[in-house]
Amino acid sequence: MMGKKTKTVKVINIDLEKCNGCRACEMICSAFHASEKYSSNNPTRSRIRMIRRPLEDIYLPIYAGEYTAAECMGRDKYVIDGKEYDECDFCRASCPSREAFKEPDSGLPLKCDMCEDDPPQEEPLCVKWCLSDALTYEIREEEVEDEEEEEQKDLTQEEMERSIKALADRYGLDKAANSMARLLKKE
Amino acid sequence: MRYAETGYNLEIDLSSGNIEKVQTDPALTELHLGGLGTNARILWDRVPPETDPLAPENLLIFGTGLLAGTPAPGANRTIVTTYSPQTLLMAYSMMGGFFAPELKYAGYDKVIFSGRSPELVYIWINNDKVEIKDASHLQGKGVVETEELIKQELEDQDAQVASIGLAGENNVYYASVEHARSSASRAGIGAVMGSKNLKAVAVRGTKDLNIARPEKFIELCNEVLDYIQWRADNPVQHVPPILAGLGSPQEMAIHDEAWHTTAFSWGNARYRRKEFWTEEVEDEWFRVQDGAVQRLISCYNCPMKCGAIIAYPTLELSKYMMKCYSKLTYVMGAMADNLEFGFRIAGLAQGYGVDSYTAPQVMAFAIELYENGILTDEDLPDFPADNEGRFFYLLEKIVRREGIGDVLANGVYWAARQIGGGAEAYDSNTIKKHEQIPIKLGMLNPVFFLMHSTGEKINITQIEGQLPQAPFPEKEDREEFVKNWFQAPSENIKDFFVKWEPRGEYAFPYFPDFQTACELVEWQETMHYIDDTTGICAGLSSFPIKPPYHIHNLPTLISAGTGLDIDKDELWNKIIKRNRCLLRAINTRRGLRRKDDRPPEDHWKKRFPEHEAKLLDEYYKFKGWNSEGIPTRETLRSLDLDHVGEDLEKRGIYDDGQKDEDS
Repeated sequence: MMGKKTKTVKVINIDLEKCNGCRACEMICSAFHASEKYSSNNPTRSRIRMIRRPLEDIYLPIYAGEYTAAECMGRDKYVIDGKEYDECDFCRASCPSREAFKEPDSGLPLKCDMCEDDPPQEEPLCVKWCLSDALTYEIREEEVEDEEEEEQKDLTQEEMERSIKALADRYGLDKAANSMARLLKKE
Repeated sequence: MRYAETGYNLEIDLSSGNIEKVQTDPALTELHLGGLGTNARILWDRVPPETDPLAPENLLIFGTGLLAGTPAPGANRTIVTTYSPQTLLMAYSMMGGFFAPELKYAGYDKVIFSGRSPELVYIWINNDKVEIKDASHLQGKGVVETEELIKQELEDQDAQVASIGLAGENNVYYASVEHARSSASRAGIGAVMGSKNLKAVAVRGTKDLNIARPEKFIELCNEVLDYIQWRADNPVQHVPPILAGLGSPQEMAIHDEAWHTTAFSWGNARYRRKEFWTEEVEDEWFRVQDGAVQRLISCYNCPMKCGAIIAYPTLELSKYMMKCYSKLTYVMGAMADNLEFGFRIAGLAQGYGVDSYTAPQVMAFAIELYENGILTDEDLPDFPADNEGRFFYLLEKIVRREGIGDVLANGVYWAARQIGGGAEAYDSNTIKKHEQIPIKLGMLNPVFFLMHSTGEKINITQIEGQLPQAPFPEKEDREEFVKNWFQAPSENIKDFFVKWEPRGEYAFPYFPDFQTACELVEWQETMHYIDDTTGICAGLSSFPIKPPYHIHNLPTLISAGTGLDIDKDELWNKIIKRNRCLLRAINTRRGLRRKDDRPPEDHWKKRFPEHEAKLLDEYYKFKGWNSEGIPTRETLRSLDLDHVGEDLEKRGIYDDGQKDEDS
């Protein structure tokens, strides 16, 4: 019989009404994830992106989620309080349909890690830098089946595989493999 | 590797269409930092003083602040520099928003425009790819529409656009450059852009911007954020609500306008309406503002919300972004009473791209001339009877340079002289040919006298800051104020504040002593000069009382960002003094002299000509300038600007000064 276990769920609450569109979240995300922390910043590398259409009063921060190799078959439009959003506006995927959530130089996908990098931060830095409280952070405990725990993979392994898969999708598996082989040779 | 800056400028010759990416000399960064400092250096080196501001030979420089785009909160400003068609001196208006960071991410510290395009064009800077694009379809379009059309055309919602409206295209001497919720408004920079046939600049960048000492830099940024939060909970006491917090005065968030409406002058800087702000007005204005402000918004990487999206059913321009005090300038200029008029005309005027400071004053001036028979129905055919109608009428004439609008488009100073017939007497509020803040006060304020007189950013709000504008009546309150006033540069300044009284021995005009008055002015001006080189917004630094950035942490921040080692002394007494003297020299070379360092005659009711002359003498000495207000050769030499002194000497500029002194 499977046991129950508590799982910590980390939540970023996003209050669109409070967003002032300053993009500090993008800036600090990219700075924190620079190799040597804060040594550079570049919002295009950020794992949070502002969908910003000021005159339509659309201010929508979106976090990078999973990579996807193919875009959706169709698109939907949402109208919320009279404002028209594209379905993609809400989507977290690093996807061929758009530039967001890809490293600008390599095209590799980006994914929010809740700033659990080394050293782990008290809260994700986008939240910390959002003095408007459009982004707030919450940790809650949830009961889950024990089994799920076992399914957790080694995160580094998973990340690497995701990147290699993205490379293969972008350049073709052969080219990616050849490049890898060349790199190995140089080593 | 270069830190905080990219190390490259983009040079665009609009006459030939030649575009070059040019590596900059790191030695110039060490000498002048960036932003205003290096902009001024380029203007000095490359544009001869006899250049007509609207001629192709004039340069138009979009310079990013040295720290713009770095994690430093509020570091986002673009300093636009050129010679002004209105003042004929150096203009260096600046704008916040998102333009400067984007330009840095595209890989450039500045874009330098020379020449004149044969046709109306806009520029598309997309990282290393730079194109000059046809803008004939954008001719006459408002700035909000222009931005939108360009983004659609480029299929890039993340592009940042700076553009001019009809006023800039028609070379109105107070045409602005508009961008998102911001604008570089003062002194006719938009006219220079128009003279170059440049409708807009669009930029998109996806490159990294580097920091030299990341750990230290981010630690300082975090301290700044913490202090901003602390200040939000701890407003300064004993000052009007609009001045108690950080940022630009919070005109969009706060509706209490008792201070502006009762302390500032209405009309052509004529009348104070001390009884204006009644409960009834307050209720009505609250209702209008509440209905008009859709969302409070910010510039890049800044938690302050000084701007707003404005949407109101009666607006001529259905939606736009507003900042600060333009909701009031037209209302007060037109003696209009109703705030709705302010939101309506400000949006329209912004679309045309005119400075919301100067434009209403020019219109109020025209109405005065009309009421006094100097302008007639012949000059103003079908002139409406009501002031609101008249303002709309004049705005349309001015931005098109139509009829009398062609004269009024040159601003109050030039228009008064062109109209003649006694119109000069109605030029009551200009300094250095530029419209000033409409304030008329009682007792001469020696500190403000010096700032009004000598400031070369041409407007007081861009020079003053950090010091409460009036003494607190109670000594205990003053003592309390200085307890946590760590931003003050010296004990002397704190002592001054504790002693400063509304009346008696420790009151204006003979208090404080000359030395302290000079120190107060130099401190306030130095802080603005630092901001103008770093691109940090004055609203978090030089302008508000008790700001998060100040003279004690800025040297460390600049050092950590750039990798240079700059202490307080080097920053203040070398770099900023160098920039200040270079600017003075640029303007000296264009004819600025002591006679121009003068506030309007009626700025204060009580004037003290002898004391004022002595104040100016002492301040010039304090700055290392001669009695004509020209930096001496010795001063310039000590600041590594000997070539500047040599040039002034060769032109016989020092002899001029001498002659005046002898006579």
